[in-house]
Amino acid sequence: MKVLVAVKRVIDYNVRVRVKADNTDVDLANTKMALNPFCEIAVEEAVRLKEKGVADEIVVVSIGDKACQEQLRTSLALGADRAIQIDVATAPDPLSIAKLLAKVVEQEQPGLVLLGKQAIDSDNNQTGQMLAALTKMPQATFASELVIADGKATVTREVDGGMQTLALSLPAVVTTDLRLNEPRYASLPNIMKAKRKPLAVMTPEELGVTLSNNLTTLRVDTPPVRSAGVKVESVAELVNKLKTEAKVL
Amino acid sequence: MTTLVIAEHDNAELKPATLNTVAAANAIGSDITLLVAGSGCQAVAEQAAQVAGVSKVLVADSASFEHQLAENVSLLVAELGTGYSHILAPATTIGKNLLPRVAALLDVNQISDIISVESADTFTRPIYAGNAIATVQSADAIKVITVRSTGFDPVAATGGSAAIDAISAEHDAGNSSFVANQLAESDRPELTAAGVVISGGRGMGNGDNFKLLDGIADKLGAAVGASRAAVDAGFVPNDMQVGQTGKIVAPQLYIAVGISGAIQHLAGMKDSKVIVAINKDEDAPIFQVADYGLVADLFEVLPELEAAL
Repeated sequence: MKVLVAVKRVIDYNVRVRVKADNTDVDLANTKMALNPFCEIAVEEAVRLKEKGVADEIVVVSIGDKACQEQLRTSLALGADRAIQIDVATAPDPLSIAKLLAKVVEQEQPGLVLLGKQAIDSDNNQTGQMLAALTKMPQATFASELVIADGKATVTREVDGGMQTLALSLPAVVTTDLRLNEPRYASLPNIMKAKRKPLAVMTPEELGVTLSNNLTTLRVDTPPVRSAGVKVESVAELVNKLKTEAKVL
Repeated sequence: MTTLVIAEHDNAELKPATLNTVAAANAIGSDITLLVAGSGCQAVAEQAAQVAGVSKVLVADSASFEHQLAENVSLLVAELGTGYSHILAPATTIGKNLLPRVAALLDVNQISDIISVESADTFTRPIYAGNAIATVQSADAIKVITVRSTGFDPVAATGGSAAIDAISAEHDAGNSSFVANQLAESDRPELTAAGVVISGGRGMGNGDNFKLLDGIADKLGAAVGASRAAVDAGFVPNDMQVGQTGKIVAPQLYIAVGISGAIQHLAGMKDSKVIVAINKDEDAPIFQVADYGLVADLFEVLPELEAAL
């Protein structure tokens, strides 16, 4: 079975973001970028499926400018077989991204598509669900356990009250939650090998997708800043302040 | 403006997040329809009809909707949705699972996790783990939106008198099925709706020590939460996680115990009215957002706190 994994280049999760002075966006100049943590988990899961003999080929795809090839190479170093970059200058809206991925699915005919449940920059949590709708595949979002057997995927999902298990016919779309696995580190030999693995570049035009632009970001603001309060010396003082000053007890 | 709100329920009870979502719908316009899709969900429909500000309740009662599988319910919502200008659902795991699928079927974008309504086509939402607030405008014909419940005060659960319309609809995509639920049992208030939340982090040391929080939670009528570190270490189940990838809470009082205050945790609680931090590391980032900080060993302080309440 072929597994397709979608990955995104995002700001490193430890970096504190700054909003640009003109409020048009956050400032990403000279910030450390990385593979989105949820995408890393998706790549790891695909590699584990290959190690179990369930998957025979892993294709990673990313949508972005040339810089996202770095994250594709990272994915190849982690164990993916080949990569596809869909070259766009600026990030399209989520629906267009799902449409681009749907075209890749149509071309590649994977048995399973793995994505992260959300990107830590836009925090949308949409792409996997939209892709599933466009390709008429079943979906299992927020997966914390994935078993492929007898032509179906049995997926345990993290839901608000606890866990839920679903059975999906294949092909299917699965989005990963943090507890699905612990991603491995790429070894130096694997990083070297990844440089020779195939990486194809495609354009939205080649895929026949017209990028819509129905969502406009009017401005980006810094959230109201919470300032540090006071340090108290004892539990008695804390309870007293909560009762008399904050009046929350 | 005609708004369709997807009711969150478990076939027996309407979930409180629905009330916050109706509040967001109110901010957009007045003609609000609530959709209850489920199986054997007449009781939910009756509760939905009582919700203030709702003009109509649609009930789609079918075995295919019993577990609200996105594959089936999205077909229903997409079919009904063409008659509305806005489709809203709470940004819970059910809403997040369903609405992007609906949006794609309707060939429109979805706007996630809004915290305010600026106008009928303009909304604000947090990005980058809540470290920036984006104001977004949608040119799509139908606005499909999930609503962060802590961004809107809930409407009254009673006082309304909407008409209930049963719609016969059967949508079974036939490619997914429900196997089992393993839901955590708790008699405490729901984390996202609690007025007081007390959370433990890695500093708790182990799962047993979370019992130290139980006594305090009982006295305050609080819900118990956790940081990712505590969940990953296996101290507590994942549905207690507060943060960017867990639940977003904004209680009157949030007490963080043994939590350092990583960006991802702050994303889930920094809109709390009053934040208390108890940590033995006086340089922990949590103290930068805490209204009241106590630098002390939690194992000494927690029993004292319980006794003092």
